[in-house]
Amino acid sequence: MAREQGKRASILPGAAVLAVVTAYVIAILGADKQNTILILFGAGAAVVVLAGLFGLLKPIGRSFAAHETAFNWLAILAMLLIAGVFREEHFVLLLLVTLMLYAVAALGLTIQFGYAGVVNFAGASFFGIGAYTSAVLTVHTALPHLAIIFLGGVTAALAGAILLPPILRTSGHYAAVVTIAFALLFRSFIEVNDVLGGPQGLHLPGMQVFGWSFNDNITVGRWDISFYMSYFLLSLALLIFAFGLVQRLERSWIGLNFDALRLDETAASCFGIGVARWKAVAFLLGNMLIGFAGAVSGMVAGFVAPSNYTFADSLILVSILLLGGIGNAWGAIVATAFVVIVPEKLQTIQEYRFLLYAVMVILVLLFQPEGLLPRPVRRYFQS
Amino acid sequence: MTNVAPAPLLQVEGLTKTFGGVLALDALALSAGSGEVVGLIGPNGSGKTTFFNVTTGIYKPDAGSIVFKGKNLAGASPQTIHRAGISRTFQRSRLSLPLSIFDNIMIGAHTRRFNGLVFNLVCRGAFKHEYERMVEAARALLKVFEPELTDRLFEPVMGLPMIDRRRIEICRALISEPSLLFLDEPSAGMTHEETHALMDNILRVRAVHSSLAIVIVEHQMGVIERITDRCAVLNFGRKIAEGTYREVAGNAEVQEAYLGAEL
Ligand SMILES: Nc1ncnc2c1ncn2[C@@H]1O[C@H](COP(=O)(O)OP(=O)(O)OP(=O)(O)O)[C@@H](O)[C@H]1O
Ligand SMILES: [Mg+2]
Repeated sequence: MAREQGKRASILPGAAVLAVVTAYVIAILGADKQNTILILFGAGAAVVVLAGLFGLLKPIGRSFAAHETAFNWLAILAMLLIAGVFREEHFVLLLLVTLMLYAVAALGLTIQFGYAGVVNFAGASFFGIGAYTSAVLTVHTALPHLAIIFLGGVTAALAGAILLPPILRTSGHYAAVVTIAFALLFRSFIEVNDVLGGPQGLHLPGMQVFGWSFNDNITVGRWDISFYMSYFLLSLALLIFAFGLVQRLERSWIGLNFDALRLDETAASCFGIGVARWKAVAFLLGNMLIGFAGAVSGMVAGFVAPSNYTFADSLILVSILLLGGIGNAWGAIVATAFVVIVPEKLQTIQEYRFLLYAVMVILVLLFQPEGLLPRPVRRYFQS
Repeated sequence: MTNVAPAPLLQVEGLTKTFGGVLALDALALSAGSGEVVGLIGPNGSGKTTFFNVTTGIYKPDAGSIVFKGKNLAGASPQTIHRAGISRTFQRSRLSLPLSIFDNIMIGAHTRRFNGLVFNLVCRGAFKHEYERMVEAARALLKVFEPELTDRLFEPVMGLPMIDRRRIEICRALISEPSLLFLDEPSAGMTHEETHALMDNILRVRAVHSSLAIVIVEHQMGVIERITDRCAVLNFGRKIAEGTYREVAGNAEVQEAYLGAEL
């Protein structure tokens, strides 16, 4: 501890980068000419690579790490600023909502796969379970919508509990196969289930919280604000909750237990760490977060259908972790932004988006095997 | 039945383990009393590591009993056995390389930390308190083995030389304050001087917890001679001799088992 005391990294490099990134994201989201977008993406990539070559990324990282709380608040502020700029644009706000909900799901997967090493190739299915739960409950019950979102997470966790016995009894690739089988079964199940609307899915009414209807546009003074702003704020709140949960998990004995069993189950057992117990905790917590996100997404979209929760979507979630840096919460968020925004803005590429993801994952694994933001060594408290 | 002599801390009897056709442990009997240092020696493949693996619950025995503190632990899970007070190191280092020194030691402290969800996630003040106590405990233990490492508690183990990794592994095994410690070739890959220093450190820890019993597997006979109270010699999973190092070293069958290897 005594070694590097004294000089605490300045907040300035990080703050400057955050400002630039915010402006850049606003520029990307606001651009609609394909050429402009292409140039922006190219420039962004070039700047990151150059910064890496000139060794600028390290000091920036140190600046972020040294002023973590401040940057957490600034990041929230930046998100609000971006939403403020696009307050009238349904499309952009919806894109941001999608991004944040996917990020929550990726954080759920981070607990499972990133920390405890429990592979889950059915992420989209648990997202779907959350969404279908919210659809069924909003249509058939008068439960408050916030309670329904909560139940979406609980239902996803309970559905995941069915998979626990086979997952705990097998390991490695076999556990992966169990989740793949579940993903395929889930899809078939909802496709043939008439109560759940079959292939057409279900429609659900807009969200209401304390009498406030989320599907009405908002007028504040002389500003007309898209109705998606309500969903934006809700999703942001959920993302903050998920991020806080994941970070606290990581910075606790529980995160340590997860790491211990991921890295060496046998050694972990020899020191009393209950392998099955902690795998179960990780799997349930992760699926709960994924289910929360799915429940909100169902309400945002206004309908749920089997084709939204495919095995391919589950693979995207896993590739988000590989891209971002397995086990790094910020990495998961940044990678989600990539994966959601790039194909949405580059229309020419949209049909090839799986090809794009594949190429990105391969490039990252080749040149930066630990992901864009490798996970740092655990610090339980900020120094 | 009235026992005059107190039962030893660990009493293993008839312990048998086969892997396919290989008889790795053949009705092995071994005991270790409180505060005793027992050497376990024998040629390669004679079943020393298997004895540790079966006694710590990694493998289930085919037959036999493992009575520890009066309870038969044969067939129990590694978790149960560790909670009863047995801790170990591994022949091939099994640290979690991406984790910090502190984290690795804390893996061994699982029984001393509080693992409740609410405590860890919500009661951060109480958690911090416990965390600080644990940092102190890890520092104090590490200081016995290598004071320099106490300043580097939050560096990953990955970059450390083998000797430091061995020390950390021993700290990981000791931090739970076990009653019985299994050391599986703790000095593998070390020079004579380093080995002696390591053994002195282990004995220093034992001086504080004088009831700590140690079973040690070691190929450097000088170490065995110096630190053990008693030795058992294995060959093909069977115990072929037992006694003080001098008695055992003079045994003809033992010399034959080692055939050429000098004792
Ligand atoms: N997991 C296993 N599967 C199959 N055979 C095993 C296994 N573990 C040990 N054996 C066999 O059991 C016998 C005893 O091995 P063990 O590792 O216990 O010997 P050892 O005395 O520790 O040897 P060394 O001094 O080389 O470490 C050997 O023949 C070995 O091949
Ligand atoms: Mg061995």
